[in-house]
Amino acid sequence: MTHLELVSSLLTFLPREAVLYETEDLKPYECDGLSAYRQTPMIVVLPQAEEEVVKILQICHTTKTPVVARGAGTGLSGGALPHTEGILLSLAKLKRILEIDPVARIARVQPGVRNLAISEAAAPYGLYYAPDPSSQIACTIGGNVAENSGGVHCLKYGLTIHNILKLRVLTVEGQAIEIGSSALDSPGYDLLALMTGSEGMLGIVTEITVKLIPKPEKAQLVMAAFDDIQKAADAVASVISAGIIPAGMEMMDKITIHAVEDFLHAGYDLEAAAILLCEADGMAEEVADEIQKISTIMQESGAVKISVSHDETERLRFWAGRKAAFPAAGRVSPDYYCMDGTIPRKHLAQVLHGIEILSAEYGLRCMNVFHAGDGNLHPLILYNANQPGELEKTEAFGARILEMCIKAGGTITGEHGVGIEKLDQMCLQFKSTERNLFHAIKAAFDSDGLLNPGKAIPALHRCAELGAMHVHRGEDKFPTIPRF
Amino acid sequence: MLNTVEHFIHVIGAAARNKKPLSIRGGNSKHFYGGRLTEQMCDTLNVATYSGLVNYEPSELVVTARAGTRLTDLETILSEHHQMLAFEPPHFGENATLGGCIATGLSGPRRAYTGAVRDFVLGVRILDGRGDDLHFGGQVMKNVAGYDVSRLMTGAMGTLGVLLEVSLKVLPTPPMEISLCMPMKESEAINKMHQWASKPLPISATCFYDGNLFVRLSGAEAAVHAARIKIGGEEINQGELFWQRIREHTHTFFSSGTRLWRLSIKSSTPPLLLPGQQLIEWGGALRWLATDENLNEKRVRSQAEAAGGHATLFYGDKLSLQAFHPLTTHMMALHQRLKQKFDPAGIFNPGRMYPEY
Repeated sequence: MTHLELVSSLLTFLPREAVLYETEDLKPYECDGLSAYRQTPMIVVLPQAEEEVVKILQICHTTKTPVVARGAGTGLSGGALPHTEGILLSLAKLKRILEIDPVARIARVQPGVRNLAISEAAAPYGLYYAPDPSSQIACTIGGNVAENSGGVHCLKYGLTIHNILKLRVLTVEGQAIEIGSSALDSPGYDLLALMTGSEGMLGIVTEITVKLIPKPEKAQLVMAAFDDIQKAADAVASVISAGIIPAGMEMMDKITIHAVEDFLHAGYDLEAAAILLCEADGMAEEVADEIQKISTIMQESGAVKISVSHDETERLRFWAGRKAAFPAAGRVSPDYYCMDGTIPRKHLAQVLHGIEILSAEYGLRCMNVFHAGDGNLHPLILYNANQPGELEKTEAFGARILEMCIKAGGTITGEHGVGIEKLDQMCLQFKSTERNLFHAIKAAFDSDGLLNPGKAIPALHRCAELGAMHVHRGEDKFPTIPRF
Repeated sequence: MLNTVEHFIHVIGAAARNKKPLSIRGGNSKHFYGGRLTEQMCDTLNVATYSGLVNYEPSELVVTARAGTRLTDLETILSEHHQMLAFEPPHFGENATLGGCIATGLSGPRRAYTGAVRDFVLGVRILDGRGDDLHFGGQVMKNVAGYDVSRLMTGAMGTLGVLLEVSLKVLPTPPMEISLCMPMKESEAINKMHQWASKPLPISATCFYDGNLFVRLSGAEAAVHAARIKIGGEEINQGELFWQRIREHTHTFFSSGTRLWRLSIKSSTPPLLLPGQQLIEWGGALRWLATDENLNEKRVRSQAEAAGGHATLFYGDKLSLQAFHPLTTHMMALHQRLKQKFDPAGIFNPGRMYPEY
């Protein structure tokens, strides 16, 4: 089928404004949050109902046309990068909250509903949806399912996978299937887990049933400044060892502290080498107890300054700096590249030191702001895309950071996904037999490879051409040689 | 050596070549659970001796152990560091292993409040049907690299591969626990559990049986005391023992019929009208039904479906009945395709999940 035939068959059931195919209309869809990669899709479709999505998939399946699903386009790994010969399937208009059941504490929503909109709709019942990726005002729940998004509070409240019950999924043939249920478990294989984080490779989600949880009675924050990053990292381990699971535990390094303080004046200590933000929530009695314990641990870990939020205004002010880290990076540098590796917490200081050395080697500044509680790093490499060669240098620097994460026993992506961005690092993290099984799983759902082709799992030849050595969980060939 | 990975790979290779299926066995404590092996000629692949801790660092909240590790041994080590498996797995026998716990995917009383076994699985090392030694997931809390094969293995009844190692997230043991009891009607109890769940209370287990609602509070001393005042009821002696009996099915209820059905349904479902005795857990989301052969299977399954869930025949005659709830045609086809990808020769635990594979 030619391009125009495809357009006209889509127009038989979609309104004119829901099918975009003129170059200027396609432009806004050429990238997601990873703007360094751009591609123009052949056609963009904006369905408003599941029946329309079914028909779109049937056409694509019959004509063997690739389909790339997209929510709000806030993804940071290029998972929604369009296919030049494919259809970009925007699910942004499927944005109805179908049901809120305050008794069973669940919400049934369409994929285009924004993450925060669910919590807003649940608020009158004293409930909320826990995963809170920093893009929560814009990102959609469908995208969260595709990436298994986390957020600041996932150490205590879990990731998307821990907070959803059921998905309504269209297979590549356009067949609706229900995965999961309104119960806490379902018969058969755990396909809910398989779908979550599968980056639009296995099916198109048209409905999501999420769990809602009661809002904590109280939340309070300890802000601790350290003159040494190792001490801050040790404090993180000490809090956990003391049997406390904080609602959030975030760390910022010196360069980040300065960038956000210049921007926001949140009251951060500019002398500090690292700042830890550690939040407790729950019943008032429980919070008082935990805050006391956390403050003592910070003191014993050598914090030079400890502040405890006295009220909501102050708590939000302390958080404001952390939440503004990305815009602050945008102020101090024309461009920044956000990485997303996870490592065992015990290697925090070592990996941060390694990043510092790489930063000098590449001559590029790097801000570190991250979820310390679960070891999820977000190094922000600052660069200028207008300087020839600087993007390439930045990507090389980023790749080295991810290699370091694998060597430390961690992973190349904690919550942003592989997308198009980390395909090469997938060759390092997984050996060929493991990647083969990933391809086999994909084929069990989508034997023609039409759903989001080329993402998440590298083709076998890509890894072969890269000639990359499989870096196996800390088992380096020469483990004693410093590589930082 | 019969407990090396090389040996397992050898056995798998031979089984695939000879088309002779394998029954994967750990402590054999959960052999009653799930479907019956459909092949009479299965060889046993004994993985119970493939045991031991691989890595445990309390401050990381992660433990990695070999699949044959006994659950009691694992729990003892964790408790020495004031940590626990927060999904409170049922053992159903002293030889229960970690591998069996993951393969059956069963969780105990704490499940509705802290999560299921699959929620705590971070990574696995498996042998697939080709005998390939594969790692998925890892030892970190957040990991979205590749499809979530680790969780897919959870509850797969050993039909997708042989578990070698499992990494689990662990949690600190609550400093204090008390259990309360209050007399109540069933419908009232279901409402009560929902009222509690909509508030930030440190509840870690609920159970309704024979006119009494039981609730366990776990957490910091201050929180438990404050919650106790809000909740009311009488504190029961030896609360720990009560929950252990519920978890291990040693409570008299579980042997009060010839068949035990497990109905996993939407929590807010009103009392189910089915003949036999019932015991409710998980804030209403789990209804155990002890009954006899006279109760028609279809009736149980359709009630569970109408309540947004499914029914499993937990104990009882599995010669005539299938254990797990039937899948739709499309879902069964998808299951069979996945099974084929992991285990092309169809040698792992045939029939343990469904008669079809």
